[in-house]
Amino acid sequence: MTQKRMAIIATKGTLDMAYPPFILSSTAAALDYEVQIFFTFYGLTLLRKDLSGVKISPLANPAMPMPVPMPVLVSALPGMESMATMMMKQKIKAKGVASIEELRSACIESGVKFIGCEMTVDLFDFKREDFIDGIEYGGASTFFGFAGNTDICLFI
Amino acid sequence: MDFSKELDARGLNCPLPIIKTKKALNDMTSGQVLKVLSTDAGSVKDMQAFATQTGNELVGSEAQGKEYVFFLKKK
Repeated sequence: MTQKRMAIIATKGTLDMAYPPFILSSTAAALDYEVQIFFTFYGLTLLRKDLSGVKISPLANPAMPMPVPMPVLVSALPGMESMATMMMKQKIKAKGVASIEELRSACIESGVKFIGCEMTVDLFDFKREDFIDGIEYGGASTFFGFAGNTDICLFI
Repeated sequence: MDFSKELDARGLNCPLPIIKTKKALNDMTSGQVLKVLSTDAGSVKDMQAFATQTGNELVGSEAQGKEYVFFLKKK
């Protein structure tokens, strides 16, 4: 049986959207897939050594379940984003759901390859030393080099 | 059922039971049986899918209330 392959483009840098690429990749690797994730635009921030800036905004997620109904103007108040993030992280822990750091480590441990978008690094003046080690940097054609020959290819 | 190794994945949610199962199997030799304990209701389907896709045989499984036990034979 030839090894299956999956490629993902991760474009979002919020706490909720950080989960799909890392969950799918760590699981695919456990199922013996060869996996590559191309991190671009805000998705690249998921490769920072320090993930404390990864947050969830109730304002941008109207479907987010809240303990009490939250009018948009209240969601927009200073501190609401940090509070929502704190609450979400507490819930994640209480339900035995893995943290982003944990899933990212599982990916690395099982050989998932991370590609950082070079153009995004330039565009936002990101510093490579802020990112974890072991990332390969490249552009769209680097991604296609792998993605062109995959069984599953997702844009997240 | 006889087993060589036990993995306690109780309290963990998807996809951790599968990831930890894979990790545990990596340290075992072909033919050895891994016992996995889980409280994740989704793991019933997930463990079958894991077995089918990786070729590690699910040789037994049972539900004890809200706890699930799986026996996987390493390929």
